[in-house]
Amino acid sequence: MQVQSMEKTIRGLAYVVGDAVDTDQIIPAEHLVYSLTRPDERRMYGRFAMSGVPAAGQGLPFGHTPFTEPDVYRSRYTFVVGGTNFGCGSSREHAPFALTEAGARVVIAESYARIFFRNTVDGGFVTPFESEERLVGRVRTGDELELDTVRAHLTNRTAGEVLLLRPLGDIADILKAGNVFAYARQAGLIPAAP
Amino acid sequence: MTITEKILASHAHRKRVTPGESIWVDVDILMTHDVCGPPTVDIFKREFGQDARVWDPTKLVLLPDHYIFTANHHANRNVRLLREFAAEQNLPHFYDVGTPRYKGVCHVALAEEGFNRPGSLLIGTDSHTCTSGAFGMFSTGVGNTDAALIMGTGKIWLRVPETMRFIFEGDLPPYLMAKDLILAVIGDIGCDGATYRAMEFDGDAVYALSMQERMTLTNMAIEAGGKNGVIAADSVTIDYVRARTDAPFEVVHSDADARYHSEYRYDVSTMEPVVAKPHRPDNRAGVGEVAGTRLDRAYVGSCTGGKLEDFVAAASVLKGQEVGIDTYIVPATTEIGRALHTTDLDGVSLHEIFENAGCLMGQASCGACLGGPKDTFGRNMASEVVISTTNRNFPGRMGSKQASVYLASPLTVAASAITGVITDPREVLV
Repeated sequence: MQVQSMEKTIRGLAYVVGDAVDTDQIIPAEHLVYSLTRPDERRMYGRFAMSGVPAAGQGLPFGHTPFTEPDVYRSRYTFVVGGTNFGCGSSREHAPFALTEAGARVVIAESYARIFFRNTVDGGFVTPFESEERLVGRVRTGDELELDTVRAHLTNRTAGEVLLLRPLGDIADILKAGNVFAYARQAGLIPAAP
Repeated sequence: MTITEKILASHAHRKRVTPGESIWVDVDILMTHDVCGPPTVDIFKREFGQDARVWDPTKLVLLPDHYIFTANHHANRNVRLLREFAAEQNLPHFYDVGTPRYKGVCHVALAEEGFNRPGSLLIGTDSHTCTSGAFGMFSTGVGNTDAALIMGTGKIWLRVPETMRFIFEGDLPPYLMAKDLILAVIGDIGCDGATYRAMEFDGDAVYALSMQERMTLTNMAIEAGGKNGVIAADSVTIDYVRARTDAPFEVVHSDADARYHSEYRYDVSTMEPVVAKPHRPDNRAGVGEVAGTRLDRAYVGSCTGGKLEDFVAAASVLKGQEVGIDTYIVPATTEIGRALHTTDLDGVSLHEIFENAGCLMGQASCGACLGGPKDTFGRNMASEVVISTTNRNFPGRMGSKQASVYLASPLTVAASAITGVITDPREVLV
């Protein structure tokens, strides 16, 4: 696998949801039957990403704004912005995979459930940043965001304000390596790739 | 140190560990199932090579359980992929669908088959892997990537969690079950109240519980965000384990001077039956507060509420009664399914009690707990209002995001199944 480390600057549109968006909302369990490697099947994860969020909560503050349009396998949104306990519920790695497959690059939430956070980092999917303050209600779906991944500064270009994120902390080493396998190889914990 | 810290230290080959530090530990058992197994195998082969061998075939347990009784061909293919991998790697612990070995729900099967052993460290590709902590061991759920790394190396990195201590004291009244206790805890601390932490359950009322009831407590640690749930092993644990495995194990206790993040005390004799209202497991209410709420169906099943004692409790309420709404009975494992025929109340088998009451009988699997393919037994398809012994009620969890799910004990679910509205079990228990 081609492992890519994070770019310094990521720009794109925001998609905002509320608190406790669990993995069943990120990717409903009925879709977990598809292969994550076969190209004709893996795109289904992009198509159904965030489809479990109840309509009123899809794309706040407006609601009724799907993350991906019907029969489109990609999302126009680069940033998923959530409240507390984002990704709670099941351990399915299909959740961060689905967000990534849809085209999202970054999740910014007030707090994360442990397994989802770990899966994003170890699997090298969307990068999980934590916000210093609540962004739900402050960032609106469709706002144009620019993230400085090194300084953890988020600029809302639509609203013209800078929002502070928390430093990535001790997961930064794995994020820099790309995923947990690359990290473990760099650290000499497992042999070089076959 | 706490139990959790001691087990992590021993598996990192260290004398001590401190909450907050990240360590690499040896894994005793890795469990996976039909949903996360095939993608884990894909990553394992991508990273370690097409001809790679798992680190120790005796330590990998494959338990298909999620999407079993379905015509969905993608789901059926995933079971086939597990079968091919088990054959290729010559894995002794594969519990294949359609064979006498088939078990059903992995967390209950791990206990029944003797893979839960005090002092050990078990990782599974399922969030409810924390269930195994009822056996005085460390267990937690991970994603496919971490599981693939374990498949190749037998190792995982873990951050040592702080431990929260929950002490239950007093005599448990007959109308309460472990489900009421854990729903009360989650209601108190919230769905993220234990995030990144261990939840240690302690106190006389915990040690008075059977293993099955203890498993209900640790099973739902994840619904408070907990990394693991744990209960120190005692004679009840040892008797259960000895009956199922000859493997050695080590009983570990928290030190008297162990440091806890926080401590909560409950007098179970004064607690009330509770439910979690839609759409969060921490949306707790006393049964009395929601009594009379109209229901469309009742569900008894899953790793949380589909164990034999859950059905004994439900049958004690349903005996000689008729259900007023569609009521689904789904045993967690085939062993429990068989026991429904051989366990009786006053000479009538549990199976007969449920059939006579008009319940719909399902086969051992995760069933409708997590929705699943459209033809899953008991799956919500519209705006049903459901009372269930399962573990989660986030929107869409049981199949339809228009549905509303109340979580409750088997006693409360059975009482409500008769009346068709949420009912306090004290009204029907004599």
